[in-house]
Amino acid sequence: MRPDSKAKIAFELNGEPVEVAFAPHKTLLEVLREDLALTGTKHGCELGECGTCTVLLDGAPVLSCLVLGLACERRRVKTVEGLAQGSRLHPLQEAFAALGAAQCGYCTPAFLLTADALLADNPSPNRDDIKQALSGNLCRCTGYIKIYEAVELAAARLRGEKAEPARESLYGRR
Amino acid sequence: MADGKRRKVGRSEGGSTTPGGPSNRPLVQPSHDFRVVGKALRKVDATAKVLGVTKFADDLSLPRMLYCKLLRSPHPHARIVRIDAARALTLPGVKAVLTGKDLPIPFGILPVSQDEHALALDKARFVGDPVAGVAAVSEEVATAALDLIAVEYEPLRPIRDHLDAVEHPEPRIHDYGDHGNLHKLINLEFGDVEAGFAEAELVREDLLFFEGNTHLPMEQHAAVAEWSPDGKLTLWSSTQTPHYVHRALAKVLELPPARVRVIATTNGGAFGGKSDPFSHEIVVAKLAMLTGRPVKITLTREEVFYCHRGRHPTLMWVKTGVKKDGAITAMHFKSLLDGGGYGSYGVASTYYTGALQTVTHHVPRYKFQGARAFTNKPPCGPKRGHGTPQPRFALEVHFDKIAEQLGIDPADFRLKHLVPPHSLTANWLRIGSMGLAECIRKVVAGSGWKERYRKLPYGQGVGLACSSYITGAGLPIYWNAMPHSGVQLKCDRGGGVTVFCGSTEIGQGSDSVLAIIVAEVLGLDPFDIAVVAADTDLTPVDLGSYSSRVTLMTGNAAIQAAERARDLIARHAAPKLEAPVERITFVGGRVFDAASPERGISFAEAVQLAEAAAGTVGTVGSYTPAAGAGKYRGAGVGPSPAYSYSACVALVDVDPATGIVRVPKIWIAHDVGRSINAAAVMGQIEGSIYMGLGEALMEEMAYRGNRNVVHKIPSLLEYKSPTTLEMCDVITYVVEDPDPNGPFGAKECGQGPLLPVPPAVANAVYDAVGVRIDEVPITPEKVFKALRRKEKGEEPRFGPLGFPDLPWPEPTRVAPPWEGGDGRAGEGGRGREKAVGVTAGRRR
Ligand code: FES
Ligand code: FES
Repeated sequence: MRPDSKAKIAFELNGEPVEVAFAPHKTLLEVLREDLALTGTKHGCELGECGTCTVLLDGAPVLSCLVLGLACERRRVKTVEGLAQGSRLHPLQEAFAALGAAQCGYCTPAFLLTADALLADNPSPNRDDIKQALSGNLCRCTGYIKIYEAVELAAARLRGEKAEPARESLYGRR
Repeated sequence: MADGKRRKVGRSEGGSTTPGGPSNRPLVQPSHDFRVVGKALRKVDATAKVLGVTKFADDLSLPRMLYCKLLRSPHPHARIVRIDAARALTLPGVKAVLTGKDLPIPFGILPVSQDEHALALDKARFVGDPVAGVAAVSEEVATAALDLIAVEYEPLRPIRDHLDAVEHPEPRIHDYGDHGNLHKLINLEFGDVEAGFAEAELVREDLLFFEGNTHLPMEQHAAVAEWSPDGKLTLWSSTQTPHYVHRALAKVLELPPARVRVIATTNGGAFGGKSDPFSHEIVVAKLAMLTGRPVKITLTREEVFYCHRGRHPTLMWVKTGVKKDGAITAMHFKSLLDGGGYGSYGVASTYYTGALQTVTHHVPRYKFQGARAFTNKPPCGPKRGHGTPQPRFALEVHFDKIAEQLGIDPADFRLKHLVPPHSLTANWLRIGSMGLAECIRKVVAGSGWKERYRKLPYGQGVGLACSSYITGAGLPIYWNAMPHSGVQLKCDRGGGVTVFCGSTEIGQGSDSVLAIIVAEVLGLDPFDIAVVAADTDLTPVDLGSYSSRVTLMTGNAAIQAAERARDLIARHAAPKLEAPVERITFVGGRVFDAASPERGISFAEAVQLAEAAAGTVGTVGSYTPAAGAGKYRGAGVGPSPAYSYSACVALVDVDPATGIVRVPKIWIAHDVGRSINAAAVMGQIEGSIYMGLGEALMEEMAYRGNRNVVHKIPSLLEYKSPTTLEMCDVITYVVEDPDPNGPFGAKECGQGPLLPVPPAVANAVYDAVGVRIDEVPITPEKVFKALRRKEKGEEPRFGPLGFPDLPWPEPTRVAPPWEGGDGRAGEGGRGREKAVGVTAGRRR
């Protein structure tokens, strides 16, 4: 294959089969953003340092800037565009929105997907589990606190509990 | 100084929305129990953000779009002898190449430092200074083309840092500035400080250093330019200040401003780092004009480090005289800033290192000397707290040492001699509401301060610090008499309301502030309000998302526009409701007579009545801060419509074997005046604590001074910032002391809470292990060295050793308000310029 001729692969993207042709050197990040026009996946370095480009590959968080598009042949990819359930937000998205866990929102897709993988593994994570799971994702806006609280809220709701944000999370102590 | 002599000021002096409409004074008085304001609300853009559908600049893609790459200087300081771009143009896919001579008109954010060129014209001033730009069909081709541009440089001796700049006035980095490589020298004296020191019972001097650090927004800067053959340029950019970018583009490209449209895309974090007009914005615009095709650039992370405009490394010397009870008799503060290669906001930053020392504790006589050096590094500028975290660090550590010498608990020390509300300071800043005492009490009680301070086991400690920050700068960047913020409001006959404003959403929630305020006044749900923001074609000017100005300034403009709409609608709904207009009330999407709430119509019907009677329903509002009280040269930096206040207690664990400092918990209390959106206030405070913690412990812009002044760590991995594993727990107390100038009383909360964190951590380290780290970041190495010194019986401290003698100009002497001055410079003080500097010395 000539280096500038396109490679074509098939994989499962957000539950649907896709076929896409792209220059073979492209990363999954570039294929998603440039060839599939899914710009929900962001980037902060394209060097594997910030976690902003995280997507799920066969259910596990990966840095899409470090994964070659070609390596995704016949695999399962989930991006932020695949989180909402029809016209309803996913409980994680709902909790992030309610608590203000997305400020600028640039890191948000990656945090949502990393948390999604965590909750699939461990439906009742404690604060330390959450910190560990999210430790590869940088956020410069929130100080992470509202993100932890949102993951905890979503986890409770996914377990079927009737959980609401704590008053102190939203209003502080007065 | 007796308290009674402090001048009180009233609300009447405090700022204005624009008069002019028939309904300048609201016809309908606002209700005092808020329906929307102060609630914890989901931001209006939250859903788009969690869905990943918010369009950031790099998400934009236009048909036939070209990609731009910049060639950057590998030399910190070099004359450009020759550039030959001919070979690059022969590469297939390259559409245009630009060099400095194609964009010869200088620009810069401040009128006094128009010292940047889109591409270096004759000289490169730091490693990373852009010298050429290429537009090509792909990023790969553009990158390959850069290698084909031949640049001949004549290297010049680089100026490594502020001390190097003092020692080496030559070679000059710029041919302007106050002295050699000193860009700016400031000397201000408010009262006779020497007389004040003579009255003191304790005089203490300290030297401190604050290392530079950078904003590190997760979004890399990006911009897309489009040129239309009818002479119209559009630029989408991740900028905090579309208005200033608009001005810079018109100037450099010599286009009529009316033909330039700047759209600020939602910023993926900014923190001050996207508030200058940048080289890459001008270059893509020019490339679009040349090629007739849209041109995009997305900076690499390394290039984001070169854009910088971050925290100035600042060397500080402070001398304060106090009475035994802690009352300050005089203060003298000196700062020397390492400015980097260009002016940026630097003149303002330098003034800010001396402006807010007076707004927390009463300082009856005050002298400030500030200097900014040009150096061959990426330019420094405004980062969250702009010029004030450095002096606040110095001051609060200095106060901690003074309190210890006086034998006063630092919390008690700080509760005494607070600046009273509604008063003037020595440097003529007009203070409004002042909730610092309440903030201190909250964190002292919440943290168990009295049980912990000086009582924890070796290795653990608590430290306390206070701070204050402006809620918007009182003066615009370029002098003019026009409003700082404008809002237009349109009511639809379907009951929808659209609010247009130039303010820029950078994650702080400015769109939500607009929606909430308009919803409050018109009795609607914030989600009924459509916000159109940050587009110079569509929205009235707002100066930008910097200096914590948006909530107060656009908030006040929005209140005015909404009140005018409410009054207009009420006037035409009153006959139908058979009620006097004063009783017409807007709540819950209904318009009714307050005396008989059941008799009402929908908001949409009321709009229709107004539209039928008076035509299209639209109003405007605007806000201009009141003139500052000070009239001396330099009085433009520091005045603000309102000052926020914070107090902070940090708990630290120090490992004496390694010097590693961990911060498990921080208690913060912040006087926000009034929360507009309670949830957003929490987010801003927690985010500020996070960033302050990073600055306190790890963040630094480090350069290889001995190897060509190359940036040591232009990557997210090497530039250490707190992850989830370093971030501390935060206990937040929200204090609301409404300010008469704030919209519904609101003051800022996005920058101020950062300021007390570094000094609180430094003071806590001292409480834990008895060493003073007079320098941030407080890295293990510094703590370790100080502990070794302590063991050897040397001074248990790490920090700077001297402040160089500088060629200060004659001081501008301004009598403080209580000495009968009028805010103008004169012979109010007697202070003669003396050699107060200690010998210059490098940091250990
Ligand atoms: S973009 Fe930073 S890790 Fe992939
Ligand atoms: S919300 Fe802005 S970086 Fe996380």
